[in-house]
Amino acid sequence: MTLTGATPHGEVHEPNEFGYKSFSLGEFHFSRDEYFAYVRWPTGHHVMSADAFLRALQRDVAWEFFYGIVNFDGVVGTVNHYGTVDLFAGRYNDAYRRAELDHVENIETPVIKATFAAILSDWTNEGFDPFASPEETGSAFGPKNGDNDAAITRHRVTAQRMVSLPGDEPLRNDDNGHPVNRMFADVDQDEPEVYAEPGFEAEVGSFNLFAYLSRSPVTWNPSVVSVCRESLYCPTTEEYILPIIHGNDRAEWFVQLSDEITWDVEDRDTGRKRAKVVMKAGDVAAMPSDIRHQGYSPKRSMLLVWENASLKIPQLISSGQFPTQPVDF
Amino acid sequence: MAYETRLASLMNYQKGRVDVIDDDPKNYAFSNIFEVASLAKPFEQVAVAKNFEYVLEAVRAEGTSGWRAATHDQSALVLDGQVEFTFKTLADGHPLPDSGSGGVPEEAAGTLMGRVLARRGHLTLLPAGRAYRLASPAPAVVLIQTVAGPDTQFRWAEICQTA
Repeated sequence: MTLTGATPHGEVHEPNEFGYKSFSLGEFHFSRDEYFAYVRWPTGHHVMSADAFLRALQRDVAWEFFYGIVNFDGVVGTVNHYGTVDLFAGRYNDAYRRAELDHVENIETPVIKATFAAILSDWTNEGFDPFASPEETGSAFGPKNGDNDAAITRHRVTAQRMVSLPGDEPLRNDDNGHPVNRMFADVDQDEPEVYAEPGFEAEVGSFNLFAYLSRSPVTWNPSVVSVCRESLYCPTTEEYILPIIHGNDRAEWFVQLSDEITWDVEDRDTGRKRAKVVMKAGDVAAMPSDIRHQGYSPKRSMLLVWENASLKIPQLISSGQFPTQPVDF
Repeated sequence: MAYETRLASLMNYQKGRVDVIDDDPKNYAFSNIFEVASLAKPFEQVAVAKNFEYVLEAVRAEGTSGWRAATHDQSALVLDGQVEFTFKTLADGHPLPDSGSGGVPEEAAGTLMGRVLARRGHLTLLPAGRAYRLASPAPAVVLIQTVAGPDTQFRWAEICQTA
């Protein structure tokens, strides 16, 4: 494995014959043509379909590198150290590791975020929305054709206490640009009956979470809707395939609220297959902190992702002070 | 094309499973909220998920609960049936557990703050330092987002897939 010592910085290069700029980040180099994204590093190179690359990049940017590892595929990705980020190639791929062809660079979060956001902006054409399901967006392919910055810089919902409370994240409705999704047309839109005595309106609150989710315009994008200290409810609507393979640095939990998702679970560090988890409405499952997972949702479904946001956890688990599975019985 | 959103209920749920390739199914603590609630007594708080001190509790709401309160915010997601939440102020100095919810005697629940009538899919705030109770004439299912407390029941070996 190679590991650079200097603090990497980003560089932008002139557009190529297809109209796309290329980018350097330390010793990594990113370029694209009509169909593919190319990643080069001192000991290797990699190619991904441009649409898959942009869908993964969109999540990494929007989620601020999320919890743990965001694998774009089985070769390239990022590790969040909450202040810095590892950009890697082959680090979590057994073959690359054995051949010593893997490469990692640790980068200040603002630097990598700025470069990734610039790639996302330049490579996303008008009409392609990396957050949307494949059935609900245009093509990512072809020569450079405009941009879609409105779609790739959407507001990410992060409730401070609970959606719908005064001063907190608002409800979704037709008027604020959130129509009911085509696959959730049968979801009841009735709101709870809330009777707050004068002076208690900020504390007596309730909303229809299922209706709220039915109006989500994006897929595979957990958003915070309620908070209990560091416990975060991060529900999301899922359709087709999770565009990244999420490697855990802590356990997270899934509560399937509707329909069905199948999860492929692999060893976090090697990619060795460990299990398939089939989740139906009402099912609850933990994703342990030593795995990586990718979900498949044949019909748009509602998934409650439950996270513990404590910054202490990665160190507690990596040092062995806490087991990789959240429950021991 | 018309799509059908598949929700579940106490009377109609299907359970998925962990198909192991090279692992122990217990690592996934796989359970089903409706199955847990179907086997629980009214208002037992059975943990179906745990992440350090935090838990999600499955509750079968049937009849009227006692008054409860916590020092921190909680939330209640109704997954089946209809539940009425009533909120009151809490008498100054009434002792509460450091984490999770605790019982509150009737006399410690003071001024009415309001009510919420919630049905399937509705998420309700259970505000910190306030008394609340749940009422449902028919069996309902609620998922509570909270911190493990003295009344949290841990039954992993009974509720989770083990093989």
